[in-house]
Amino acid sequence: MSRYTHVLRSVAVGATALALSSFSLMHSALAQSTIKLGSVLSITGPASFLGDPEDKTLKMYVDKINAAGGVDGKKIELVVYDDGGDANKARTFATRLVEDDKVVAMIGGSTTGTTMAMIPVFEEAQIPFISFAGAVEIIDPVRKYVFKTPHTDKMACEKIFENIKARKFTKVAMISGTDGFGSSMRAQCLKVAPNYGVSIVAEETYGPRDSDMTAQLTKIKAAPGVEAVVNPGFGQGPAIVTRNYAQLGMSSTPFYQSHGVASKSFIELAGPAAEGVRLPAAALLVADKLPDNDPQKKVVTEYKATYEDTTKQPVSTFGGHAYDGLYILVDAMKRAKSTDPKKVRDEIEATKGFVGTGGIVTMSPTDHLGLDLSAFRMLEVKNGDWTLVQPGS
Amino acid sequence: MSELLQFLISGLTVGAVYALVALGFTLVYHASDVVNFAQGEFVMLGGMVTVFAYAAGVPLPLAALLAVIVAVVIGLLLYWLAIAPARGASAVSLIIITIGASILLRGAAQIVFDKQFHKLPAFSGDAPIHLLGAVIQPQSLWVLGGAALVVLTLYYVMERTLIGKAVVATAANRLAARLVGVNVATVMALAFGGSAAIGAIAGILITPITLTSYDVGTLLALKGFAAAMLGGMGNPLGAVIGGLLLGLLESFGAGYVSSTYKDAIAFIVILAVLFVAPQGLVGRRTVERV
Repeated sequence: MSRYTHVLRSVAVGATALALSSFSLMHSALAQSTIKLGSVLSITGPASFLGDPEDKTLKMYVDKINAAGGVDGKKIELVVYDDGGDANKARTFATRLVEDDKVVAMIGGSTTGTTMAMIPVFEEAQIPFISFAGAVEIIDPVRKYVFKTPHTDKMACEKIFENIKARKFTKVAMISGTDGFGSSMRAQCLKVAPNYGVSIVAEETYGPRDSDMTAQLTKIKAAPGVEAVVNPGFGQGPAIVTRNYAQLGMSSTPFYQSHGVASKSFIELAGPAAEGVRLPAAALLVADKLPDNDPQKKVVTEYKATYEDTTKQPVSTFGGHAYDGLYILVDAMKRAKSTDPKKVRDEIEATKGFVGTGGIVTMSPTDHLGLDLSAFRMLEVKNGDWTLVQPGS
Repeated sequence: MSELLQFLISGLTVGAVYALVALGFTLVYHASDVVNFAQGEFVMLGGMVTVFAYAAGVPLPLAALLAVIVAVVIGLLLYWLAIAPARGASAVSLIIITIGASILLRGAAQIVFDKQFHKLPAFSGDAPIHLLGAVIQPQSLWVLGGAALVVLTLYYVMERTLIGKAVVATAANRLAARLVGVNVATVMALAFGGSAAIGAIAGILITPITLTSYDVGTLLALKGFAAAMLGGMGNPLGAVIGGLLLGLLESFGAGYVSSTYKDAIAFIVILAVLFVAPQGLVGRRTVERV
């Protein structure tokens, strides 16, 4: 009897061991055949207009890459967390990506605030991190493992002032959002204005959730000698500012928005008031209006068509930043022939002539963005659509 | 001078909206002692339902009516499903319930609608009206007129109708009201439905000016609550005064002091008022009424 149980027991133990070992074998086989990428995006909350298209873009293109055989025969496994625009949550998710999910690289971080909160986690874990957020402080000073794809707010200011200078204006008023993007860009604009012979003669701010900015604009209207107005900010705030601007009859003064409103929804929300508004933006917004010899034409028209067919929503440059980040990373992994974070990092830094939706990217140990001012196009809203502004006008 | 007038118009327009939200707070608080923090969500519902119904081809007036009906139904559901079963719970518990309802409604709106911002066309065109160098949007007149109409209607109902008297009686003494034959539960349901309707009307009126999205309710509820506190919680007249005053404070604060501290100025003044007159500017009055 006892012998019998003994046999039974050893059979059971053996079977369990076999099952366990085959399971762990399977598990390790699975681990070997996938590349785990992490992403923390602001899919909900006040920055959802950034995170939502980014999330859709990443999922769309990861599926595409996997369907085409993956990267060096390995499928990409994407782990996405939604921080709701909250920097504290973003940091928690970043830690989770590193410690629990053990990702080999991180793409994402929709806002400057969430990105800055996550940087220390990835720097410490020595995992490459490509952010989709705007502010220049993410890559200046250069951090070893941190890169980003969107144009900086500083570049936007330079592009705007370049255009203002070309039109021979010198006195400019600013109305800035008090959100992270608005206040960061405001500071950058104040810094670079003197380089273009521009003086800021009036300055106002508004809260990102304000519903009426006529008081601030009335003040700017009353300020003497204002030749142009610049509005650093993102979200619905600038759309309301634009509407108030037209309502107060200020449209004869040139009005500049930032790339923070670079989506069709800005034109829809601002309505006829958007006519004549200028802003610096990526080539993506005017994909169909680019000349055929434009090096970005193919990439941006393909991305726009894919995004709009799949989501049935108009394309925005924000999803484009995610596209650029994903492909810069995939290219780097292909060149590195490895998913080792350190080797991948080195290859990201060696990115040269990558044609993305945001521009042509050439990175270096001192430049983790790799874009110059030519990546920005100056656009003007005409008849409810974007048009390219001819240089110098 | 033209600037002063412009600040005044901006302030009154925004203030009228705060006043309507505050009125919603007041109506519910008056009847049931509940501070309903889901009040802002009714404003959101008013705007969002109208936007989506209008986009689906429903004529604007019908879309607006539909939005009010949806808000009222949800207001009643909030009362029957969440507030009424918790009868006798402490004020804090009830506040927690309404905050929960607010989060639930926002989440549901995010799924049912979407996360984008939306606009409505102005009811009578965008051509601004010029007055002594200031500019008035036609929609501002709609907001002010609509708010005035709501206030007058509410005043009439409260003062001249049996239902209004029942609400006043319930507010004064729930037990006594029940003893004289007032159906207290119905009165409270009416208060929730009524405040939802007022909120929705506010949402419909301001959407052409301020745009709307699933989460506009949070800030409006905060400002409306501040306005109600400023005027005196539970006092409809106070809600209107508090709302308009808050709007004017913000506008003049941004115009003459600094736009950076716009919100701070408003809240500092509210704190100052509450220190001097803890009942609010026109508090007390309701306590004596029977």
